[in-house]
Amino acid sequence: MASARGELPPWVDLGLIPLLNLVVALLFAGLVVLIIGENPLEAMWIMLKGAVGSLKGWGYLLYYATNFVFTGLAVAVAFHAGLFNIGGEGQAYFAGLGAAIVGLGLEFLPWPLVIPLAILASMLFGAFWAWIPGYLQARRGSHIVITTIMFNFIAGSLMVYFIKDYFRPVGRMAVESREITGAYILSFREIGLRFFDLRLPSTPLNLTVFLAIIAAFVVWYLLWRTKLGYEIRAVGANTEAAIYAGIKPQRIIIITMAISGALAGLMAVNEVLGVQHRLLLEYVGGAGFVGIAVALMGRSHPVGIVLAAMLFGLLYQGGAELSFAKPLISRDMIVVIQGLVILFMGALEYAFRPALAAIFIKAED
Amino acid sequence: MTPAIELIGIDKRFGAVHANKDVTLSIAQGSIHGIIGENGAGKSTLMSILFGFYAADQGEIKVKGQPVSIKSSSDAISHGIGMVHQHFMLVDPFTVLENVVLGAEDGKLIGPALAKARQELTRLAQDYELDVDPDAIVGDLPVGLQQRVEILKALFKGAETLILDEPTGVLTPDEADHLFRILGQLRDQGKTVILITHKLREIMAITDHVSVMRRGEMVATKDTKKTSVEELAELMVGRRVLLRVEKGKAKPGEVVLDVKNLTWKDRKGTPRVDNVSFTVRSGEIVGIAGVSGNGQSEILELISGISRPTSGQIVFEGKDIGILGDPRHVREEGLAHVPEDRQHRGLIATFDASESSILGWHYDETLGKGFRLDRQAVISRCKAEMQEFDVRPADPLLTSAKFSGGNQQKIILARELERDPDLLIVGQPTRGVDIGAIEFIHKRLIALRDQGKAILLVSVELDEIRSLSDRILVMFAGKIMGERGPEANERELGLLMAGVTEDAA
Repeated sequence: MASARGELPPWVDLGLIPLLNLVVALLFAGLVVLIIGENPLEAMWIMLKGAVGSLKGWGYLLYYATNFVFTGLAVAVAFHAGLFNIGGEGQAYFAGLGAAIVGLGLEFLPWPLVIPLAILASMLFGAFWAWIPGYLQARRGSHIVITTIMFNFIAGSLMVYFIKDYFRPVGRMAVESREITGAYILSFREIGLRFFDLRLPSTPLNLTVFLAIIAAFVVWYLLWRTKLGYEIRAVGANTEAAIYAGIKPQRIIIITMAISGALAGLMAVNEVLGVQHRLLLEYVGGAGFVGIAVALMGRSHPVGIVLAAMLFGLLYQGGAELSFAKPLISRDMIVVIQGLVILFMGALEYAFRPALAAIFIKAED
Repeated sequence: MTPAIELIGIDKRFGAVHANKDVTLSIAQGSIHGIIGENGAGKSTLMSILFGFYAADQGEIKVKGQPVSIKSSSDAISHGIGMVHQHFMLVDPFTVLENVVLGAEDGKLIGPALAKARQELTRLAQDYELDVDPDAIVGDLPVGLQQRVEILKALFKGAETLILDEPTGVLTPDEADHLFRILGQLRDQGKTVILITHKLREIMAITDHVSVMRRGEMVATKDTKKTSVEELAELMVGRRVLLRVEKGKAKPGEVVLDVKNLTWKDRKGTPRVDNVSFTVRSGEIVGIAGVSGNGQSEILELISGISRPTSGQIVFEGKDIGILGDPRHVREEGLAHVPEDRQHRGLIATFDASESSILGWHYDETLGKGFRLDRQAVISRCKAEMQEFDVRPADPLLTSAKFSGGNQQKIILARELERDPDLLIVGQPTRGVDIGAIEFIHKRLIALRDQGKAILLVSVELDEIRSLSDRILVMFAGKIMGERGPEANERELGLLMAGVTEDAA
């Protein structure tokens, strides 16, 4: 049977190939470091030590990873329905509006009530921002890639307007809201101090990290253990077959985009309620786009996404340390390294596959 | 005389699959040589190696006694080998002439090549009954003519040996006869033809020699005159097979499906189904014959709710289901649908078999309450269906794409029949299915009929229609040209399929 061509055992497909791609990406990154006149091995060591060599490093790594899990899951869910949601950035940004409205407007409520409400509002606002492109795709045929990109810009402008004209306290110079005190999600440092009399290093890592793990599980359950998930995957894998089965692709597209936007919206929980405790400009900072790389690398599976998000967390944190230690290597260099990782993990995902397949067939004979 | 083509000890593996095992084949100059075998027997792989799509792991190819190395299709062409693929490799918006010179443009300007091609086409048309208007747009031509363009393309590039892969699947019996006449003339002019097919009748009708492949091996090469359909079938399958379907007389009951003045127009407003009326009763199989693309597929889509009629009614057990236009509701009314296009509609290639085996029935409460989908229930149900329908391998977790055509079809059939429908509509039930599975599927359909179920069968295989149906409707250009009994002869049906009615004939 010809379809069995180039069949590889799962551990190669899911383990060895991503690892190999990562190694090659790092080799190339090392080459770039070498060209600008630094020692790549030393640079690598600084990055690793900065990210996983201390509790502080881990704190930052996991904080970044929390954001990337949300945006990565958002991309992955849409991807399972055959949709390429590039609007995680805008959805996460717009969701901050929901978080802030509830966080500031309902702060008279006790925290066990206002925090879930604020989380819900973040999801709803994110969902709404993705629902519009979903609706336009399903009913009007406007391509989701184009509309979600445009919605990133629209969200950017709208948020400036809202924050500047409605959230900024009178007389404040900085374009940001006043502090959100009701829906205040505690950081690990604060928990350590308050409940365990433990001095943890100061990092932005907060309880939202558990929400990320829950979200990953829920996404897995949704996709592989519910009828809706079955329909989402059917539409993504083969729309014709889905129609035959009585599934309405338009409906699934709209629902899936809303779910995707809600997941991206959770990032606002981490940033607005867990770290900044206020609504401020540009807090998403590219995490929406990193989510695309995370989803690609994690093969759109929640477990893969959690691992990929941690890798990118490592790159972010280690990169920050590296640019601090080695002024020659600027933050832009880190972006280059991340770009290389994306290139090899995503675009060149199958570059080494044929060669590996050949080796395995030889070994079998 | 030196053979035109010799394949010696060809061996090819795809991973764990041994597609060609030490295959040796010699094809005489100026003959028509048939290659038959079930799906997956290795016919296509062997021809792909000859045409340069794959490289053999071992073995040698000789053209006219000379060892050659064929690494790409252009190598093959330069050695005088041409191929007409099952799915045509034509550029639809181009003219016949432009398609013919494609890949043989000779230089930067297209003018001289076109002029030369025009001359050559006129000659080929005279020599081989291969007339096609050189300035016609290929996309506008009927499939029979498109196939001729493919043949012309190969001949224009100097093909001495022509490989045809399942050439008659898309043709009316009449067009097929014409094709065979062309092939006969090519042979008489000294060309060599290799015909890959699964239709034993064609082999008997046209070839000089026939080679049978089974599981990657060349099991026999025979003189066509000295063999029989029965012998070839046995060689293909490796055991005796029943080619005729055994069935008793139908006992039609009440009308289950009543289609009244059904019309469906496409976006351009062209009626693709044109005022069609017919009934299907319980306990009978009604077959719709016709060349593919004459509205049969649209009828299946309309009845199954995938598309909505422009006008007319589809009354199923007293209820108009046409207005529902929803496959799910139609299914809930008790209708099952085995779609024509197994790969693209019947299942989801990337899903595992258990997930494909609930497609369309996935919202069933027995597979999980409410929104949940109970994976264990799905798998155990699939497992039971696989045993009942003898699906091999009986592994619910194997990816759907990895099953052979016959086993995929059994998975679909099992899924549709297990829900005990009152009406089964089924399109091309045995397309690309091996003989063993065909026998099984046909028996199942007859058994279903004998249980008193109604079956509407659409197939482009006239033999299948004739052996299964109790009544035969023939479609042409969206209309039903007439109804015949199963005893109708092939010529009569062939004329109706070509749109010729008694009055005109």
